[in-house]
Amino acid sequence: MIRMSATFLILSAITLIGACAAMMLRGLVHCALAVAIAFAGLGTLYLNLGAQFLGLAQLLVYVGAIAVLIVFVILLTRGGESDATPLPQVALPLTGLAVAGCLFAVLAWAVFHSFAVHRAGTQATPATVRELGAVLMDSYVLPLEVIGLMLTAALIGAVIIAMKEKQDTP
Amino acid sequence: MTPLAGCLLVSSMLFAVGLAGALTRKSTILVLVGIELMLNAANLNFVAFWRFGPHAAGSTGMIFGLFSIGVAAAEAAVGLALILAVYRHTKTTELNQLTGGPQ
Repeated sequence: MIRMSATFLILSAITLIGACAAMMLRGLVHCALAVAIAFAGLGTLYLNLGAQFLGLAQLLVYVGAIAVLIVFVILLTRGGESDATPLPQVALPLTGLAVAGCLFAVLAWAVFHSFAVHRAGTQATPATVRELGAVLMDSYVLPLEVIGLMLTAALIGAVIIAMKEKQDTP
Repeated sequence: MTPLAGCLLVSSMLFAVGLAGALTRKSTILVLVGIELMLNAANLNFVAFWRFGPHAAGSTGMIFGLFSIGVAAAEAAVGLALILAVYRHTKTTELNQLTGGPQ
């Protein structure tokens, strides 16, 4: 049976702490920075698992683009915010935490009771970028084209949604 | 504990944290961040099953994770643009002020 490595434990601890901090901190900018830490930890976790291209793509897309985008939106929507909003009602957060805890319990039970987990699985050989590119250009060409079209449409749509609309008051 | 079980456990913890945040936080931006965390947990599952799964043929799991990252990028761009548009109309991003619920 293969043991988990210490680096895996450290990286997953960093990821989970970053995620918890992103969901629990009070200031929005602090949350954005914590979620950037969580994304970076996840990217290094992919690298640790042998998925080099995916790890670097995660670092580029999530830490480089999405975290920065979140910070931009936080700074743009900062106008008349009432910051440090207290949490007067207790029922809703407790319900959410209970739902999430139940979900985690069910998932952990399923993980520990499944057969596939306890079988000593074969270890995939890490795919090189050259092989990955060949596969993407060979048997996954259509999904690649479709996702390119979808990204173009989504970005044009995002610009149109966020564009300042004309004031057509006479 | 096998490495696959460790990966799945980490990913289910990440999913639970994201779900708790999306259900309890009041800022729409943080709800979106929680959804992103849940998506990332699914991605970690793809990589883990690709690496340690019973059928380790080809690089299908990695390719699927790559496409999933692309879709998540599009989702984040559109979601944040929607938040900006809503903010321009209502001057707030707090959920309970948007829905008129209890403060």
